[in-house]
Amino acid sequence: MALRRDWVYENNGGTCVAIAGSDYCVIAADTRLSVGYSIYTREFSKICNLADKCVLATSGFQGDMKALQKNLAARHLIYQHQHNKQMSCPAMAQLLSNTLYYKRFFPYYTFNILGGLDSDGKGCVFTYDAVGSYERVGYSAQGTGAGLIIPVLDNQLKSPSPLLLPAKDAVTPLSEAEAVDLVKDVFASATERDIYTGDKVEIVVINASGIRQELMELRKD
Amino acid sequence: MVSSLLPRRPNSRMMELHLTGFESCPLFPGGVVADHGENPLAAASFQLPACSDFDGFQKDAIQMMKPAKGTTTLAFVFKEGVIVASDSRATMGGYISSQSVKKIVEINPHMLGTIAGGAADCQFWHRNLGIKCRLHELANKRRISVTGASKLLANILYSYKGMGLSVGTMIAGWDEKGPGLYYVDNEGGRLKGTRFSVGSGSPYAYGVLDSGYQFDMSVEEAAELARRAIYHATFHDGASGGVASVYHVGPQGWKKLSGDDVGELHYKYYPVIPTPTEQEMADTSAA
Repeated sequence: MALRRDWVYENNGGTCVAIAGSDYCVIAADTRLSVGYSIYTREFSKICNLADKCVLATSGFQGDMKALQKNLAARHLIYQHQHNKQMSCPAMAQLLSNTLYYKRFFPYYTFNILGGLDSDGKGCVFTYDAVGSYERVGYSAQGTGAGLIIPVLDNQLKSPSPLLLPAKDAVTPLSEAEAVDLVKDVFASATERDIYTGDKVEIVVINASGIRQELMELRKD
Repeated sequence: MVSSLLPRRPNSRMMELHLTGFESCPLFPGGVVADHGENPLAAASFQLPACSDFDGFQKDAIQMMKPAKGTTTLAFVFKEGVIVASDSRATMGGYISSQSVKKIVEINPHMLGTIAGGAADCQFWHRNLGIKCRLHELANKRRISVTGASKLLANILYSYKGMGLSVGTMIAGWDEKGPGLYYVDNEGGRLKGTRFSVGSGSPYAYGVLDSGYQFDMSVEEAAELARRAIYHATFHDGASGGVASVYHVGPQGWKKLSGDDVGELHYKYYPVIPTPTEQEMADTSAA
């Protein structure tokens, strides 16, 4: 594939995770950018604050990530000018899905997770594939370390499917502090076994009082 | 992307790409050249890679990104309307990316569509179909027929024929002519029928569905037949699983009848009866 003269993609590695709670949302991503076996930088942020209650984390090809973030931020600005309010997280979720699908034949090589609060103040996480298929979930991981992290999150957070009828409540019982600790633990574990994950993890927490950010050191090897 | 490098294709289908559903609020109603990055609200069109080998590029890109695919859906017409059922598993290559995908989409209160094949392709084009159906209602002051809706979708998919879309969908609804069911796929095929199953688990679902089908079933019997067919498909097909959802479309519209985890359905249909030895062991350890 890379031998094609017109191959324009590369995988910069990295992992993103998000967990939705009853009144908060935690979004986290590591800060390593790699190409092949080399680390280009240890301080690269994969997280973008799109709106007050809406944060995007992206892994994959960072060139496409930057283009996508700029595109969405611009669209959000236009929306604010036209509607005099911020975009809600579910609205941004559909916008992202359409933006990804518009490049269906020349895809953005990005694996996205959108996290934030919906209009009821409840945490929401939307997970995407590269061409825009999306779903609202209680938690998600994307990127090179996702295969290592998702089983742990399934074990700790798995809740009844929203498709069941009669419906069963699907809210994560974890508190905000417990969720942040869980995120730190899974990143530490993924760093052990995934060469593309490490250096630092940037953790963003959205709740009713706003957005707060935390950085935690990870193994640098 | 420089448009002069677009690959020349022998047929003119490229010129007929359906760009409906792309226009958002036009900031510049004079019409703008869709130059990427210049005006994000310009009437968008699908960007294409500037390469000489379009098909090879698509093949490699899809293989690299492995977009989510979905797998067993079925629908059939009977005396009381249409039953539509599906599993809820999405796979990316060999990885299960989700066990809770909605594969039955509600196009409008009287019509359902199913997703099989590429999840993004199906989600996007079904939403586009919903928009077109609503516009039809507003323009013609009556609801669109199932025939019309399926034709709209089939025409769109035909115009993208050969470009790598993966869509195997069924449109089910109840219109003035009664219950209607159509199968539409990315080849541009459109078939009217009374029984369809689509996806990698469809052979298994057909086996159960065909042997138990009768036109004169009640709604409960039909739903149970659909549920069993989906369960058996998930049992044998690795790419199907999760929750078996069953919907019914009647003259008043669609209604979701059930959503059952297929693991639990397994033990409901095949309960574990302990052998006498096992029963004795369980009794003695309890005692």
